[in-house]
Parts: sequence; C-alpha cells; structure tokens
Amino acid sequence: MDYMTILQILDSTVRLAVPLLLACLAGLYSERAGIFDIGLEGKMLAAAFFSGAVAAVSGSAWLGLLAGMGASLVLSALHGLASITFRGNQLISGVAVNFLAAGMTVVVAQDWFKQGGRTPSLSGAARFEPITLPGAEALRDVPILGPLYAELISGHTSLVYIAFACVPLTWWALYRTRFGLRLRAVGENPAAVDTAGVSVVGLRYAAVAICGVLCGIAGAYLATALQAGFVKDMTAGRGYIALAALIFAKWRPWYALLATLLFGLLQAIALRYQNIDLGAITIPVQVMDALPYILTVVILAGFVGKAIPPRAGGEPYVKER
Amino acid sequence: MEKMPKWADVVLIPLISLLLAAVLSALVILAIGEDPWAALKMMVQGALGSTYGWGYTLYYATNFIFTGLAVAVAFHARMFNIGGEGQAMLGGLGVALVCLYMPWPHWTVAVIGASVVGAAFGAAWAALPAWLQAKRGSHIVITTIMFNFIASALLNYVLVNVLRPKGSMDPATAKFPAATHLPTLHELLLPLGIKFSKAAPANVSLLIALAACVFVWLLIWRTRLGYEIRAFGHSESGAKYAGISAVKITVVAMLISGALAGLMSVNTTMGEAERLVLNATEGAGFIGIAVALMGRSHPFGVLLAAILFGFLYQGGAELALWTNIPREMIVVIQALVILFTGALDNMVRMPLEKLFLSLRRKEG
Repeated sequence: MDYMTILQILDSTVRLAVPLLLACLAGLYSERAGIFDIGLEGKMLAAAFFSGAVAAVSGSAWLGLLAGMGASLVLSALHGLASITFRGNQLISGVAVNFLAAGMTVVVAQDWFKQGGRTPSLSGAARFEPITLPGAEALRDVPILGPLYAELISGHTSLVYIAFACVPLTWWALYRTRFGLRLRAVGENPAAVDTAGVSVVGLRYAAVAICGVLCGIAGAYLATALQAGFVKDMTAGRGYIALAALIFAKWRPWYALLATLLFGLLQAIALRYQNIDLGAITIPVQVMDALPYILTVVILAGFVGKAIPPRAGGEPYVKER
Repeated sequence: MEKMPKWADVVLIPLISLLLAAVLSALVILAIGEDPWAALKMMVQGALGSTYGWGYTLYYATNFIFTGLAVAVAFHARMFNIGGEGQAMLGGLGVALVCLYMPWPHWTVAVIGASVVGAAFGAAWAALPAWLQAKRGSHIVITTIMFNFIASALLNYVLVNVLRPKGSMDPATAKFPAATHLPTLHELLLPLGIKFSKAAPANVSLLIALAACVFVWLLIWRTRLGYEIRAFGHSESGAKYAGISAVKITVVAMLISGALAGLMSVNTTMGEAERLVLNATEGAGFIGIAVALMGRSHPFGVLLAAILFGFLYQGGAELALWTNIPREMIVVIQALVILFTGALDNMVRMPLEKLFLSLRRKEG
C-alpha cells in the first residue's frame, strides 16, 4: 500500500465521518440534557430529503441546507413535545420519528418528483462544491506534506469544515459557558437546576433544537455534498452508528471526533476493499460492517472502560408540587 | 382512587389514538392528491374482500402476532426490546438449518423441530443483551439495536459465503425439501369443504401464533413467573424487596421475548419462502413495537392489533399497485400509530382524566 492509497483512504474516511460526527454531536447535546434520542436517523433522513428537494428546485445548496435544518427541527419539536411536554417515552418517540421520516420522505418524494422516491440529480450550485484551500496546488509537489495538504486537508466542501469546527465549539459551549453548565446539570439532576430557578423545560427544548439543527446539517451534507441528490433510505443506519459513536465517546465532544473518525475509517475500508486478505485468513466485508456495533456493545458492557450515560437521561422531569 | 374507569383506559384511549393516527394519515393521502375514502375502500376490498386478500392479511398478521407478543412480554418487565428484527433473522437461520440438514419424515414433525430451533436461535440472540443489561447495566435498547445490525451482517455473511448453493447468484439458501412444506390455509380448509385461495401464503403457523397468544396470557397472568415479571415491571425495588431476582427476571423475560420473535421465521421462512432469503423479516420486528403498544401488551390486544396491521400491509400493497400512493404510506401510518399510542399517550390521557374527574365530582 503506497502513500497515495493511504491518503485516499483517509480522505474518504473524512468524507464518511462527517455525517456521523454531526449526528453524534447532535445526540450529545440532546442526551447531555437528559433527552435520549434514537431518532437521529430519522431527522437526518428528513433533512437529506428536504435539502435535496429544495436544492433541486431552487438550484441553491444553501437554501437546501436551510430547508433540511427546518425539516429536522420539525421532527425535533415533535420529539420534544412527546418527551418533554407530554412526558412520554423518549425511546418510543424516537422510534416513531425514524419511521415517520422513512415513510414520509418516500411518499412526498414520489408525489413531488415521481422518480420512485428520489430527487432529481443535483449539479452546479445546487450542490456544495469542494473548496481548494489557498496554496494547495502550489504545495502539491512538496514531498509527504504537500499531497497530505492537497489531498486530505484541502478539497472538501464547506460543510466538512463546519462539522470539524463544531467539535471545539461544542466543547467550549458545554464546558466553558453558563448555558453548557446548566445543560449538563439538567441531564444529571434536573431538580437541582429547577431549584436554582432555571427552566428545565426551556433548557431541554434548547438542547433538542440544537440537536435538530446539527442533524439537519448532517442530512443536507448527505444529499447535497457527499452525493448528488436524495435516494430512499440514504442514511443507511448512519444515525445508529452515530448513536454508537456517542456511547463509544462516553458523551464527550473530542472523543466523539475520534470515535466517528474510527467508524468512518471502517466504512472507508469496507467501501474500498470487499474482503481483506491477510494471507492466512480473509476478513469478510461483513465484519467491517458489523465492527462499529460490536465495538459499541463491548464498550457498553464495560469491559474496556465504562460508559456511564447522563444520570437523568430518558426520564421525564416532573416538577414537585 | 382510579382516575378513570378501566374501560376508558383499555378501549377508549387506544381508539382515540388510532383515530388521530387515521385522521393524520387521511390528511397525508389528501395532500398527495388522492382520495382517502376511496383509498380506504380499496384497502378493505383488497385485504378483506376475497379469501386471497384474507390469506395475505392473515399471513402478515401471523408475523405481527409473534413480534408483537415478543415486545409485549418485554414491556411487562419494563424493558424495550427493539431487537425483534435481529432475533427473527437469527430464528430464520435456525429454521433454515433445521429444514435443510435434518431428514424430516413429515411436516408435523418438521414444524415442531423448526419451531423449537427457531425459538432457541431467537432467544440466543436476545441472551447476550439481556445478560449485559442484568449484570453490567448496559442499556437494553442500545444493545438490541446494535444486535440488529450485527445479525444482519452475520446473515449476509452466512447467506453469501456459506449457505448459498454453488452457482447461484442469489444470496439465499437452497429450497427446503418437500417434506418440510407447511400446509396453507387452502390445504387445511379443503377437507372441511371451505374453499380458500390457493395463492395466498397464510399457513398453519397462524395456529402456532394463536397458541402463542394463549401461552403468553397464561404465562403473564396465571403463573408465578408471570407474576414476578409483572412485579418487576411495576417496581424494580419492590420486586427485589419481595425476593425476586432482577437478573433472573431480566434474562428470562428477554429469552421468552427473543424466542417469540424467532418463532416468526417459521411463518416467513418455512411457511412462505421455503428457503432463507436476505430480507426475510421485512421490518416485522419493528412493527411488533406498534402492535404491542396498540394492544396494550395484552395478548388479545396484540392479536387485534396484528390483524389490523396485517390489513394495513395487504391493503397498502393493493394501494401501491393501483394508485399513486406508494407502499411507504404504511410506514407513515405505522409511525403515527407508534407516536399516538406510545409517545403521545399522555396527550390523549391527560384531558380524558380531567374529564372523568370532573364528571365524578358532579356525581358526588
């Protein structure tokens, strides 16, 4: 395996890790505030469709992004209504959100575009184009570092850079601001936050809304940057892998980056090599597909460091009277 | 004092929730330019208007009874088994192995063997998440989701690399021997002089599903184990205080749940396809969630809800065939049912409770 092959695999790792990273950070905000969210998949899917559809009609990828965020926010509001206002079961609500998105995207896509549940192919300004960072071409001939800069760091769409910027931003928001402190507190001990005179409901809705925005970007990235248009079920379980990454990362932003890059690498390898021949044994591609899930179960089992979720996660808050 | 009479809790709330889901579904159909009333009529005609339609409706219902019961049993122990899909996939693998590699003299013996092994495989797939929940506190919802994906990768590997007959491109096993053919309703009802469609896939596993309903009812409400499961579901600490082992109940309830999900494959793999295909479960494991929620985790409720979803499935297929309403409309309806009967339950319940309270105050 030569240097260029490694760079290409890493490049595709970055591309595949971005939706996972965005969804993982989305889940992080929500779950840190005590709202379990297994509806990441559905929100991404809805965002992918509406961003693809609006981008196809308007010809603007940015308008598509807004539409995607809007769609995802609507589902977030639904999840908030069910799990915060009506104190329903958050897991069941998440399942409902996933099915609602899976069904509605195809029903609406068929009605609008009549192409068997997909949007028309996007091109030009309807897609996010790769950005060439300054000096990428000039530095390409520098040994080792030149191709690294030109291939791996430069040449991604703006959403990729936004996604990576979200990691330090999330860290800062969670650990260095008053909002972040309260957000984390509401996921651990909502009664204490309430006693301090801060609205538990307001904080949780805010967290769920941030989750919606990030899932919206993730979905828009899938339909208008990674691929050219929406196809049925295009999230293909990424929401669940993001959930796995979130547990793998133990609900922390920098670890989330590492976990999603690892899972992105697994996807990139599975995409490039069908079966990996290690001489004596061959690793079938299905092992690569299953590895994120297996790793997550191992982490959850607590054999390799224990993953402890936010303490008040999944429990609706009932104010004392 | 109860806030509401029991009938309101058991009948009225599910009916209102269902009505809300139906109204929203009708609005969606209206929005895509189709007539909801005509669509409903077409669904009734397609799913219940002929023995062919009934045959498909009951075939789907059989699947949903098994997966619905699986979710319901776990619900009684206050666990959310979202892994019915994976457990049913593994059940299919067990059924396929038994049908392919054991010489069966007659279907009556084969169906018992296949049921036992299918259930055992399903239970085995639920065992590890159950054990991890009981012993290590790993959240069962997350582990069962992960196990769904692992099951699908495993099945993919086994079908593509191991069980696929030589020279076949299709990732599926060889056809099962003729001796394992399960009689369809057509063959069962013919001796009784009842003419039933030959083409419909409903088969003898429907009777196993009905027996499973009775079994679950007996288990939950007439045995010591069922009492312990319900006690554990109501209050974990209370159950512990009464000397009920949390580990035992968690594991046993999940094993039963997984076994029920695994049994579904007798219907799909042995009864219908007569070979194991890649997507044999077709999401039935997830529909079990909606079925259990709507049926209020009671076997009789599950039976009714399963027939309703069987009707929706077959009716939806007819719609996709004759109108512009795609098959995915069923997924939307399913989502709305889960939403209203599960997540937004309090939205219906709270105003009703107020209503009944104020009515009672007037009486008093």
